Amino acid sequence: MTTKEYESYYVPAQSHWPIVGAVALFLIAIGAGSYVSTINTEESGIGGYLLIAGICLVVYMLYGWFSNVINESMAGKYSHQMDNSFRQGMSWFIFSEVMFFAAFFGALFYARMLSVPWLGGAGSNEMTGAVLWPEFTAAWPLLKTPDGTETTQMGWYGLPLINTILLLTSSVTAHFAHSALEKDNRSGLKLWLGLTILLGIVFLFFQVQEYAHGYSDEMKLYMTSGIYGSTFYLLTGFHGMHVTLGTIMLIIVFLRVLKGHFTSTNAFAFEAASWYWHFVDVVWVFLFVFVYII
Amino acid sequence: MTTDTLTEQPSADHDSHDDHHDHKPTGIKRWLYTTNHKDIGTLYLWFSFIMLLTGGALAMVIRAELFQPGLQIVEPDFFNQLTTVHGLIMVFGAIMPAFTGFANWMLPMMIGAPDMALPRMNNWSFWILPFAFAILLSSFFMESGAPNFGWTFYAPLSTTYSNGSTAFFVFAVHIMGISSIMGAINIVVTIMNMRAPGMTYMKMPLFVWTFFITAYLLIAVMPVLAGVVTMLLTDTYFGTSFFDAAGGGDPVMFQHIFWFFGHPEVYIMILPAFGIVSTIIPAFARKKLFGYASMVYATSSIALLSFIVWAHHMFTTGMPLAGELFFMYCTMLIAVPTGVKVFNWVATMWRGSLSFETPMLFSLAFVILFTIGGFSGLMLAMTPVDFQYHDTYFVVAHFHYVLVTGSLFSIYAGAYYWLPKWTGNMYSDSLSKWHFWCSLISVNLLFFPMHFLGLAGMPRRIPDYALQFADFNKWVSIGGFAFGLSQLIFLAVVIKCIKGGEKAEAKPWDGAEGLEWTVASPAPYHTFSTPPKVD
Repeated sequence: MTTKEYESYYVPAQSHWPIVGAVALFLIAIGAGSYVSTINTEESGIGGYLLIAGICLVVYMLYGWFSNVINESMAGKYSHQMDNSFRQGMSWFIFSEVMFFAAFFGALFYARMLSVPWLGGAGSNEMTGAVLWPEFTAAWPLLKTPDGTETTQMGWYGLPLINTILLLTSSVTAHFAHSALEKDNRSGLKLWLGLTILLGIVFLFFQVQEYAHGYSDEMKLYMTSGIYGSTFYLLTGFHGMHVTLGTIMLIIVFLRVLKGHFTSTNAFAFEAASWYWHFVDVVWVFLFVFVYII
Repeated sequence: MTTDTLTEQPSADHDSHDDHHDHKPTGIKRWLYTTNHKDIGTLYLWFSFIMLLTGGALAMVIRAELFQPGLQIVEPDFFNQLTTVHGLIMVFGAIMPAFTGFANWMLPMMIGAPDMALPRMNNWSFWILPFAFAILLSSFFMESGAPNFGWTFYAPLSTTYSNGSTAFFVFAVHIMGISSIMGAINIVVTIMNMRAPGMTYMKMPLFVWTFFITAYLLIAVMPVLAGVVTMLLTDTYFGTSFFDAAGGGDPVMFQHIFWFFGHPEVYIMILPAFGIVSTIIPAFARKKLFGYASMVYATSSIALLSFIVWAHHMFTTGMPLAGELFFMYCTMLIAVPTGVKVFNWVATMWRGSLSFETPMLFSLAFVILFTIGGFSGLMLAMTPVDFQYHDTYFVVAHFHYVLVTGSLFSIYAGAYYWLPKWTGNMYSDSLSKWHFWCSLISVNLLFFPMHFLGLAGMPRRIPDYALQFADFNKWVSIGGFAFGLSQLIFLAVVIKCIKGGEKAEAKPWDGAEGLEWTVASPAPYHTFSTPPKVD
């Protein structure tokens, strides 16, 4: 090998942010733990306050930590190799998120294809149906559970369809924003990025509307309405939380764009946020197909 | 490209040993704020040892209760809490953090990197762990007591019939999961991105390979654990019906999702052990590792197979026959790559000039005793016979052979191998051999009779037993206490070694290979600020 000089890798000095973050997570865990423990009782403790304190501390930590990182990046301390580390780290993080959703999709498929039919007597389970719940008939969506709870199906047309169109469009606008950045077209970047954020917020607004509709007396689709309600609300709910997170990321990126950050060659945060955005869009497509349509 | 001092450390050539201008921060802030992979590795290792002693103390109470039939010391409900927290602590608090500690200390030095790829996140992944275990352990002092549903927290034990600390358990597991995922992302990125020029994937030490694959498994399955504890939480407190047949769910679904995480998890706890042993055996056989490439492929295929064998934990729970057969055959298939590994270790030693320093003794014990655990696993893999063994002490014997004489022994082997590099001092040879022989004898007294107890039908997780199991249980308990006490010898060895002793050379083992031996002992605070060249 010929002698070649290597960029040196930036190893940050000591940082107090991680331990702040650790304390924050601790507060969130004990706060959420005691809050949830008493949720079905008359008692009320300080759990909720601890939880809120923890969340505030996390926000403070993220603000400080990312400020550090952004300042280091703007000061040109990061090499190409560092950029790669961030990119790979983000990709693996998104992969872990995919696996998180896989657990809930797995539950959905297991219920639809195996456990609900078995409860109805499929396979070698004739006696389950006959002895435990003779009135029960297996169907999906499961609108009447074995113990007799009834609910209605959330249709795919209307709000869910509009939301699908909104999110798919936002994926396209996010891509346009990226192209604009690569061409150094700052006004285009601001326009398309702003539009993406707007679409995300409208999506979330409609999602809340849809939940309100589900929880209305007309639909009676609750989280407690058996396996259909459970999978419906947990899948769409966790997706909604991820859209919220993605929107926050995009807003932060937008504020940084306004401050003149990012160039066509140095835009990791922008790209990470847009990867994340495309990821939540893809999850939605699967949700739309398997939770709503089929 | 630029070579200015971008790092906040002297960018001296690594050969010139920059320990003179090593500015180590001092006091508690050094440990709380650290971004140094060696400091964080040390934290992980100490934390895991404290957890080992904590989990061990719980096991001592379990063995005291089981010393004779009848209920002597603890109530059945408290016994259940002990077995649950013992399992959780040993899996998530002792074995996994110990391996992460090895990864932190050794990976950057083995691949010629200045540090882990994301040093601040590295600190965060460590420091959230003590908080998670503080929550878990504090549940012993809650009104309802600690979780009592077994470390596998099967529904409905963990939903309908759980006690008041379940929410705390769930959030503690979430934090452990976050910690593991961040640690694993750091390991993967470090290995993919930070290798010294010239170190291709197939030139990496096998140790690096096994941690690479383990980290991939962690990123893939820890989120599934997070998912399943979340469903458990909503079932218990928010009225969902994932694991409730009356609402159209299925308690068996819990087991499927849990073991989809759980089976890769057991390989997460053994693949790094393979890496450590594959480093040590060649060093003391003074031969190259036999079949390096086949070791890499075997490790990868074990990892891939681990995703399609989960239901062998559930043969008796109820599954269609096709499922039982599929999971039985896939499980037995794992014996093939594992056999390749054991063969390669033995072939490495074949006609080597062996010497038996303490790391080698632990590695040899690993090869033999892990193989016993592997064989009992093969027996458990067979569906028809599993109907007899399921939930008996045979299972307890099996996984303790794999996890204690497997994973834990490899951790000791690795600790004795690298302790001179970490501390700069040689440890007491005789004391460490006392540790080895006491552990070896007591661990077999502890776990071997459990095979017979299980085959005779003694169920696990029960505080009392029928009279005919009394004799074996007495010996098992004596073995347990002896094994527990033997681990204090290790503590003594380590403390003595840190305090002083014969100065270690840069390479104290003549057969050792790898970049970590090219730096001084103790390893300077910052190593490889400029990457070394690997041919």
